[in-house]
Amino acid sequence: MKLGFSTGDELFRQECADWLNGQMSGEFKDIKGITKLTASPERRKEWEQRLGEARWGCIGWPIEWGGRGATLGQQVIFAEEYARAGVPGRVNHIGVELAGPTILAFGTPEQKQRFLPSIAKGMTIFCQGFSEPNAGSDLAGVRTAARLEGGEWVVNGQKIWTSLAHIADWIFVLSRSEKGSSGPNGLTFLMMELRQPGIEVRGIKQINGDSEFNETFFTDARCPADSLIGAAGDGWRIAMGLLAFERGVSTLGQQMGFRNELDEIIRAAKENGAARSPLIRQRIAKAEIGLRLMRYGALRMLSNADHSKIDGAALTYKIQWASWRRGLGELAMDVLGQAGEVTDTNDYEWAALPNLFLFSRADTIYGGTNQIQRNLIAERGLGMPREPRGDA
Amino acid sequence: MEFAFTSEQKMIAETARVFFTENATRERTRQAMACDGVDYALWASFCQELGFSAIGIPENLGGAGLGLVEMAIIAEAAGAQVAAFPMFGSLVLCAQAIAAGGGAGQREDLLPRLMSGETIAAYGHAATLVDDGNGLSGEAAFVAHGASARIFVVTGNNGAWIVKADAPGVSIAQLTTMDQTRPYARVVLSGVVGEPLAQPGKAIAAAQRAGFVAIAAEALGGAQACLDRTVAYARERIQFGRSIGSFQAYKHRLADMMIEIEQARSAVYWAACATDEGAVDAELAAHAAKSFAADTYFMCAGNMIQLHGGIGFTWEHDAHLFFKRARALQSMLGNGDWHREQVAAMIFGEMA
Ligand SMILES: Cc1cc2nc3c(=O)[nH]c(=O)nc-3n(C[C@H](O)[C@H](O)[C@H](O)COP(=O)(O)OP(=O)(O)OC[C@H]3O[C@@H](n4cnc5c(N)ncnc54)[C@H](O)[C@@H]3O)c2cc1C
Repeated sequence: MKLGFSTGDELFRQECADWLNGQMSGEFKDIKGITKLTASPERRKEWEQRLGEARWGCIGWPIEWGGRGATLGQQVIFAEEYARAGVPGRVNHIGVELAGPTILAFGTPEQKQRFLPSIAKGMTIFCQGFSEPNAGSDLAGVRTAARLEGGEWVVNGQKIWTSLAHIADWIFVLSRSEKGSSGPNGLTFLMMELRQPGIEVRGIKQINGDSEFNETFFTDARCPADSLIGAAGDGWRIAMGLLAFERGVSTLGQQMGFRNELDEIIRAAKENGAARSPLIRQRIAKAEIGLRLMRYGALRMLSNADHSKIDGAALTYKIQWASWRRGLGELAMDVLGQAGEVTDTNDYEWAALPNLFLFSRADTIYGGTNQIQRNLIAERGLGMPREPRGDA
Repeated sequence: MEFAFTSEQKMIAETARVFFTENATRERTRQAMACDGVDYALWASFCQELGFSAIGIPENLGGAGLGLVEMAIIAEAAGAQVAAFPMFGSLVLCAQAIAAGGGAGQREDLLPRLMSGETIAAYGHAATLVDDGNGLSGEAAFVAHGASARIFVVTGNNGAWIVKADAPGVSIAQLTTMDQTRPYARVVLSGVVGEPLAQPGKAIAAAQRAGFVAIAAEALGGAQACLDRTVAYARERIQFGRSIGSFQAYKHRLADMMIEIEQARSAVYWAACATDEGAVDAELAAHAAKSFAADTYFMCAGNMIQLHGGIGFTWEHDAHLFFKRARALQSMLGNGDWHREQVAAMIFGEMA
């Protein structure tokens, strides 16, 4: 059991840091430090392409698809250095972390050829069309209908909470292709071009005033017959495979972002004297400890080479970080006091810490709510009985 | 990334698990609770047959080498059974203190006796301890397994000494203690001739380092056992025509236990590894592990009682052994608030 990385890995770390810092002090200086996912979308697409040109876009992918075949350790290091250098989040994180790996695992050779190099180059931005007004936690309730007609899929229905649909080029859609089917049966996983007459995207304003997610309406929207991943009716298996990619290496990069947030709270507490309060000190210490434990939990999960047995660290990771970050937002406001409740902009726009307070309420909802996480932990991790289903 | 047990460490963990499950049984533990909280047969086979007592003592001092990771593995397994034996005081605190800060003679004389289990040592702190030229005087209030010890390592604010239990001027009173698997004694010294440890600073630091990590590891083992036993009960007990584990309020409490335990596991092995590797954040890690794991254990033990209903409140059931040990670990070597305040001071750059 060891904590650190190898010397070779540390050299690689230097290489990553040099390149990223070079970009952030050079041509992409203007986007350094942006924390909102919706700010400067055009420049951030250019940034995706710059990453792609330099082969830093999807380093864990095989070389033939535009990656570097990087080891898990190298991927962690890149993610850490990425966040440390103040590089803004990836607007194509859904393409890179979800769509790509799903195509890699389940796609045909033609689909790989068509999508992977272009995702790796930052040319194809994806969004995720899973949730619907009546299918949230219970994803198998999706109703958006797809039917084959004249060599094309024709899709009708509505998705909701589609993050970055206003920026993306493509959407993967979990659709119901078997009329009269219900639950996980009869679903098909489709890849659709987003900019087409049959698809309309309407922004939804969020509690922080921003609008990162959207409603996405499908009215006779179309895609070619071979746009499906896996077989028709096999959509649930593909969707579940995709969700398993959701927790991965990127979490360690995400933690560096959390580090920056906690450091800012610590700075604010020193500045305004909150650091003298024993209660605030306890909470800051707890936050620090929680963040460290998240890091070592993630390292444990990634070091666990044989995934033969259920990995407790992996199973509990989502609720752990989400709850931690929501608590961090509350701590930020307790440190700032009323100064955190006003903004000096005319628009309803928030500095990093108040925005953290507002945005982190979503962390415990998307990607499986805290309640759903607890169900999963109890059922998969501890073998407790599954939740009964109603027939409503 | 190799933040996982090596095959050797896995083997130690499995051997220790089997050993404590087979030997630290509820019957034997309860017999020990009725006396001085030591299962002497367990202690003898632990030290002599398994040789686990030599772990963490350098090979050139006759030990088995290895480090805090391995010591934590053992403490975790012992904690899972709430084993009644003096590993913590005798080996973790005293032997580590002597190995790190004792003179050559002290090490040669004492370490073999502690590792063989022949001599039990206990560790006490007395802030008021003074050596006024007529010997040591002062009182160590809560000395774990103090009444079973033949020698003490006593520390004061400016030194550390070895004191023999039968030396003139030593009086030892066993205290009726909530956790009967690790009873406290009050040790009063008046004009006692002690033998100063050659390097008291080093001795105390080593004892604390190992102590924080061992407490955390023991707490981890205990917390996991609380969860495992409650999960087993949830499967068999039926109410309202369903297994109680099918109620969501129940399931979610179990999930919350697992979430905390997984973090405690990361904390324990981070701290153990960081100390063994001499990492810059080793001290922070030890404070984090001690406070986090002890709180986790208490939360899990409390839930264990609640989730067992009435049977969990009986003397007969083991839940109270976990609950009481958890409470003891929370206080031992500084409570959670104190450890977190140390972390806060580091964060705000206020450390000396
Ligand atoms: C910021 C943000 C971005 C998002 N981005 C996307 C995206 O890009 N693509 C996409 O497809 N979706 C996205 N989502 C949607 C997200 O996945 C869903 O919001 C989430 O799955 C919850 O579904 P719901 O909102 O319908 O809530 P519901 O499922 O209706 O839940 C409401 C409440 O009921 C509780 N509940 C539900 N079922 C149970 C149960 N079995 N046991 C106990 N409690 C239960 C929930 O925990 C919650 O508290 C996003 C959401 C947010 C907030």
